[in-house]
Amino acid sequence: MTAQSPQVVVDVRDLCSHYGDRQVLFDVNLQVHAGEILAIMGHSGCGKTTLFRHMLGLKTASSGQVSVLGRNLAGLNKTDLYALRQRIGVAFQNGALFSSLSVRENVELPLREHTSLDGNTIRIMTRMKLDFMRLTEFEHLMPAQLSGGMLKRAGLARAVIMDPQVLFFDEPSAGLDPVTSAELDQLILMLRKAMKMTIVIITHELQSVFAVADRIMVLDAGRPILIGTKEEVQASTDRRIVNMLNRRPPDEAFDADAYLEKLTRTRL
Amino acid sequence: MNVAAAIADRTAGFLERLGRAGLFLARGAWQIVAPPWRIYPIVKQIHFIGARSLLVIVVAGTFVGMVVALQFYDTLLRFGSVSLLGAAVGLSLMRELGPVLTALVVIGRAGSAICAEISIMRNEHQIDALECMAIDPYKHLIAPRLAAAIISVPLLTLIFITVGIAGGYFVGVILFDVSPGAYLGGMHDSVISRDFLMGGAKALVFGLLMIWIAMAKGFFLHLEPEGAHGSEGVSRVTTDAVVLSSIAVLFSDYILSAIIL
Repeated sequence: MTAQSPQVVVDVRDLCSHYGDRQVLFDVNLQVHAGEILAIMGHSGCGKTTLFRHMLGLKTASSGQVSVLGRNLAGLNKTDLYALRQRIGVAFQNGALFSSLSVRENVELPLREHTSLDGNTIRIMTRMKLDFMRLTEFEHLMPAQLSGGMLKRAGLARAVIMDPQVLFFDEPSAGLDPVTSAELDQLILMLRKAMKMTIVIITHELQSVFAVADRIMVLDAGRPILIGTKEEVQASTDRRIVNMLNRRPPDEAFDADAYLEKLTRTRL
Repeated sequence: MNVAAAIADRTAGFLERLGRAGLFLARGAWQIVAPPWRIYPIVKQIHFIGARSLLVIVVAGTFVGMVVALQFYDTLLRFGSVSLLGAAVGLSLMRELGPVLTALVVIGRAGSAICAEISIMRNEHQIDALECMAIDPYKHLIAPRLAAAIISVPLLTLIFITVGIAGGYFVGVILFDVSPGAYLGGMHDSVISRDFLMGGAKALVFGLLMIWIAMAKGFFLHLEPEGAHGSEGVSRVTTDAVVLSSIAVLFSDYILSAIIL
């Protein structure tokens, strides 16, 4: 156990990460407090998903540390890591449902694996979560028969089936129409209210971020450039954040000579 | 210097992959014996690898037995030793053709499907999802398939040999009038326990090699040296798995024959 405050549920300290020789995260520091919804946002390729994988213990840090619920992930053996993961819910971008199992079987899988509850109790608990996600009538369908929004809701139902203390949600709004995206945002808010969860969302959808997040971390090229409330982000004068909020591409001074040299240097 | 560095790089890469695959097999095998024991996932995989390969094994075994009998009949006729037809068919099926062809058929039907399934699971983060749900992928995915292949492939080999002998009987006895007593008696007299041992050992090793390579290729899709992603990556590792496991079966066939003979 680290000696940190129990209020800090996710604690990332000086995290650096590499893929081979390429560094993708540079000294990332982040604390997520109990009961808050924190959104990590940034352009595609800025390192959001890598940070997400570090917080889930799916990737080893080059340096720095990640603690979740007071446990340093790097110091855990497999048994302790699995015990910790039973208190964490993870919803992946595409749902990551098992294609050979029906929606109900997917959602009840963690209960079947980790509890000794009887079949009826598992079915009732699964129905509760599916009902919460408005998926009850689709419980017998296979993942291939679901729409994008349904897949995400089913993935979310599976992520919260064990009533986790922390929920990690990768790109909740990606690929969804605005109405479905807004429905999912409402579900996230209801989850926090009903289950008192701490929620970390990885996204690049501004509307979704401002609808649900208490605090926002903005990542740019692997570096956090701002961690603050919605108001602080909106008031920021940092050009990268202003561009992001105004949906403009990042500023890059165009040097015609350098561009020409780059083109001619490239081997075809 | 560059050539030496490239060779060193490739050797290191090969050793790394070999070590990773070795650990993969050890973890999968350990999860077969480690509690909690669950029979249903193994039975489900036996159904997929074994039962659903039955038809193709019966068809292949019958025709292989028939063509072996046809070839041996023609050869033995030249030496006036047609009475040895049963022994020749029995020995060739039991020692070589049964285990090797069964393994190759199972690689094509089940090995490729298993590799594709696991690599798609890797690609779509389903294996990450298992990890995040604190469900050991080795227990949930690898161990049942490993156990099922070790059980199914020897049984399929036995069926292949049996229907092959029946196919040989049809050609030798029914079509070419070889005496049934000579066919079956010759087989009975010439097949010894070492032949059973050789066939059984080969079937077991081939089943293990086939499933090991198919699963490891799919499981480590994301660590492929040239990078593998999406449908192209799945297609590439599946092709690699089929080619590599076929070569591994043929290579180990020679090694096992050399050891046992």
